[in-house]
Amino acid sequence: MTATLKAIGIGKRFGALAVLEGIDFDLSSSAAIGIVGPNGAGKSTLMAVLSGALVPSAGRIEMDGRDITELGAAERSGLGVMRTHQIPKPFLGLTVLENVLVGATHAGAAQGEAAYALALGALDTAGMRRLANRPAESLGLLDRKRLELARALATRPKILLLDEIGGGLTDAEAEELVQMIKGLRAEGIGIVWIEHIVHLLMQVVERLICVDAGRIIADGSPAAVMAHPDVVRAYMGGV
Amino acid sequence: MTMAVERWTAQSRAGVGGAALVLGALALAPMLIGPGIVDRLTALFIYVILAAMWNALAGYCGLVSIGQQLFFGLGAYATIRIAFAGVDPFLAMILGAVAVGVLAWPVSLFMLRLKGGEFSIGMWVLASIGQLCVKLDPMIQGETGSSLISLNAYGADLRRNLIYWGALAAMTCLLAALFALLRSREGLAIQAIRDNEEAATSLGVRPERTKRRLFVLAAFGIALAGALWLAQAVSFQPKSYFSVQWTAYMIFMVLVGGIGRFEGAILGAVLFFAVETFFAATGVWYLIGLGATAIVFSLYFPRGLWGAVAARTGVQLLPLGYRATNTET
Repeated sequence: MTATLKAIGIGKRFGALAVLEGIDFDLSSSAAIGIVGPNGAGKSTLMAVLSGALVPSAGRIEMDGRDITELGAAERSGLGVMRTHQIPKPFLGLTVLENVLVGATHAGAAQGEAAYALALGALDTAGMRRLANRPAESLGLLDRKRLELARALATRPKILLLDEIGGGLTDAEAEELVQMIKGLRAEGIGIVWIEHIVHLLMQVVERLICVDAGRIIADGSPAAVMAHPDVVRAYMGGV
Repeated sequence: MTMAVERWTAQSRAGVGGAALVLGALALAPMLIGPGIVDRLTALFIYVILAAMWNALAGYCGLVSIGQQLFFGLGAYATIRIAFAGVDPFLAMILGAVAVGVLAWPVSLFMLRLKGGEFSIGMWVLASIGQLCVKLDPMIQGETGSSLISLNAYGADLRRNLIYWGALAAMTCLLAALFALLRSREGLAIQAIRDNEEAATSLGVRPERTKRRLFVLAAFGIALAGALWLAQAVSFQPKSYFSVQWTAYMIFMVLVGGIGRFEGAILGAVLFFAVETFFAATGVWYLIGLGATAIVFSLYFPRGLWGAVAARTGVQLLPLGYRATNTET
């Protein structure tokens, strides 16, 4: 069954500062959207609003027609809206397997053997099987990013929100990541991917949204959006 | 080979079996040992409860409270109050601890909104307020205090043994409850909150609810310890029961034994008990020694004794974690 996440007129203000204004889009679990924009455009705030970490100041978020604007991150994750963090946030005192089990037994709502199967499957998908018993504190950056992804996968997400997961990786590592995300796509998980590294995005998404100063300035096929004059101006500056 | 998850190992089965044997032997001990040793062992069981409860809060959930003497004092006070109303003193101990657990629920509503150091100090402030409120009760007569006089209805030997068995049973039940909690999915949530509350929330953990349950369990356990201490000491003075020294002992036991390790808190309590038995007579130097030891441990052995042993040997007697097998592809 396809799930649909809808953002309707989303705005977010911190005091007098408007970080997001009038954001509208919708996404089905059979699609992949990339979100680009210069630094400070409001991308991470958008991610936080979609995942439930922040409550929007205006607008509505719907999942399959149900208004979920008031639901916190924990409740949304149970409905299948799952995010990864730009800076990985592993549970350092737990092993890799235990990190993933947190997701499987909570948002994933699985118990006992079912939870183990879910967690082990997520570790396999993320290429972390060999590291299952390692303490999370011993992992390097790439493995921490993989763990972030594995934990999210173990929750059986319908829509996965990826926040700059490609940053700081070598080309080969990034390529591996792209293949992994393509695999998730093929399994019917909807992807919203915020990324600075545009050529990575282009390999996965069929739709691109460009955000600048808290507004959507272009939305469409990746090639069309990258050629859009407003997008060129936002990135390159000029008149 | 397909990967699987295992929790029990031969070693941990032996560990739990060994623990059951020790507990069985302790249950029979009053028939064999002298009254002085029975009293000392009762104190040890109370220390184990205190250490295990503080470790559950601080070591597993990151809730570092320096006001747990609040629940220790309230447990003793509630016992006296209930016994005073004509209830059997042993029943009053249980009811008193339950009453404190119930009270801890609304307390948690506002205290758990505080983070880190604010929570720690806030709990201490609350403990002082608790002490002042208890002193307002005319029955307690300010700092003069009161006693659990109705215990006199029991003969000296019977009373000593009942308190001993009560403490042993309380320790066993509380450790078992904590073990079951930490092994369940709630245990994963508790540790995830400790390590990163935001990430835990995004994975579906509800931090408020999870912390509240643990906070209430710890309050109940420490209140029961306070009630047992009262039963042994008979007299109650607010100043000594609400003293921050109780939390200092808990911190000492957990730091030295191994914070965030189930076995560590128990080991720490046994060590503290041994040090107290041999050095308490040296007065001030004993306290200075305790403080110095705690500082040395937190600087040079932050994982505590059990942490160091476990890191070196991989030994785990009480299996709380999960291990994957066949991780090689």
